[in-house]
Amino acid sequence: MHIKYLLAKGENKGIIYSMTEVKEATAISVTDLTKKFNTFTAVDHISFTVKHGEIFAFLGPNGAGKSTTIKMLTTLLMPTSGKILINGHNPVKEQDAVRRSFGIVFQDPSLDEELTAYENMEFHGVLYKVPKPLRRKRIQELLSIMELSDRKDHLVKTFSGGMRRRLEIARGLLHHPTIFFLDEPTIGLDPQTRNQMWSYIETLNKQEQITIFFTTHYMEEAERVAQRIAIIDHGKIITEGTAGALKAQTKTDSLENAFLALTGKTIREEQASGVEHLRMRRQMFRGR
Amino acid sequence: MRTIYILWLRQIKRYLRSRSRIIGSLGQPALFLVALGFGFGPIFQKAGGGNYITFLAPGVIAQGILFTAIFSGIELIWDRQFGFLKETLVAPVSRFEIMIGRTLGGATIATLQGVIVFLLTLLIGFRPDIALFPVALVMMFLIALLFTSLGTAIASMLEDFQGFQLIMNFLVMPLFFLSGSLFPLNSAPPFLKIISHIDPLTYGVDGLRQSLSTMSQFGLLTDFTVLSILTIILLGIGSYLFSKIQI
Repeated sequence: MHIKYLLAKGENKGIIYSMTEVKEATAISVTDLTKKFNTFTAVDHISFTVKHGEIFAFLGPNGAGKSTTIKMLTTLLMPTSGKILINGHNPVKEQDAVRRSFGIVFQDPSLDEELTAYENMEFHGVLYKVPKPLRRKRIQELLSIMELSDRKDHLVKTFSGGMRRRLEIARGLLHHPTIFFLDEPTIGLDPQTRNQMWSYIETLNKQEQITIFFTTHYMEEAERVAQRIAIIDHGKIITEGTAGALKAQTKTDSLENAFLALTGKTIREEQASGVEHLRMRRQMFRGR
Repeated sequence: MRTIYILWLRQIKRYLRSRSRIIGSLGQPALFLVALGFGFGPIFQKAGGGNYITFLAPGVIAQGILFTAIFSGIELIWDRQFGFLKETLVAPVSRFEIMIGRTLGGATIATLQGVIVFLLTLLIGFRPDIALFPVALVMMFLIALLFTSLGTAIASMLEDFQGFQLIMNFLVMPLFFLSGSLFPLNSAPPFLKIISHIDPLTYGVDGLRQSLSTMSQFGLLTDFTVLSILTIILLGIGSYLFSKIQI
């Protein structure tokens, strides 16, 4: 309803502008992308494309290279070799053009907990140079879509996990991105919140033709939402296709079983880095 | 400019909202003032050094600034792994602006902290020369900027907090204890004098002492020049290292 309302009001000038700008190019195009950390190859010559308006799931066990890939796509990490185009722009050379064109929800919460919901939004809007009147209007609309309006002046540290995620989604959409990256967005959320969140995202994708690129460990989510799925393991893409095609390929009845058939049943022991320790400590500390 | 401003504003808001942090970081300066100030005061007086509180207060103000500044720089590690830094790094703004905004924010906070410690010293019995207070404020800000840049530079190279103890014990503590905040340098043994002359905080303490207690070793001009040059160098190094951060 709300999103329709936004569209009807012609609120989405930015989107129309960006859509014409990139009409021909694919949303994401990756060729022979490789990332090495010293001797360890985290991402090993992967290639794939994501079309405009597509919902694309990027699945894989822990440590398979999902987050590393997302970091390279979003200018946070330099590739060792290979080529990336985001809306026709190269993240290594045209960082700002790439950065303007996508929104992202990170795996770890990236809100400032000492600021209010509104302040977090405002901060984002200023960084992305959204003009003030438009910024104010858009913040209110997005907060109301995400049902956070009545909590907008509360500090984020008082928010539940689900509320934080909704705020992060609202924030990621503030500057009218054409591509939306979601790195394990539903981790730690209850089924109700997850269901509601995916409904928003699907509506968004339908109404505004935003390209969605997401990772998740919940296979049923990917099966339900994704139009196309790529499975990555040990840094390589093993297969790519619709949920139906992956099931047919492995002769299994669910994506979960297809995933297990493709990646094996061994549990991956990810070497715990300093970050991993911090993350665990933080989770214990915050009870989240 | 908007980017620098909003990042600065964020640091200020966070600081003003964490009352416990403000009060907590006053514990150490208060302890130094009471234990050392009152403890060593009589001996200092007997040795002909004059009023020890008058001598010590600028040093403790500098200490308050040093700690707050280094911490707000180092806080970057936290921000870097969780939180906010990622959000700023994927935004279409230059890293230089992000670094400058953060650092100015941290330096402003450390200066505020210095002013609070200054008020604390008044309670303990420090009677400063108020005429040069604006100069003292400039000194405080310079000290704050220098050490926030240093903290940022260090934090840009660290992945996590494992090196934190190392920094505390081998950098922050020596910076403070060897700066001449606690004892007069002119009567110190030569090797200690040499070390103190390398310590940037020495010039900050000296500048504060000149402007608040009208006693100085190097003179305001030297203090000001040394601190400014070092600040510029560290800001340069800090922004270079910050620009190299990969997450």
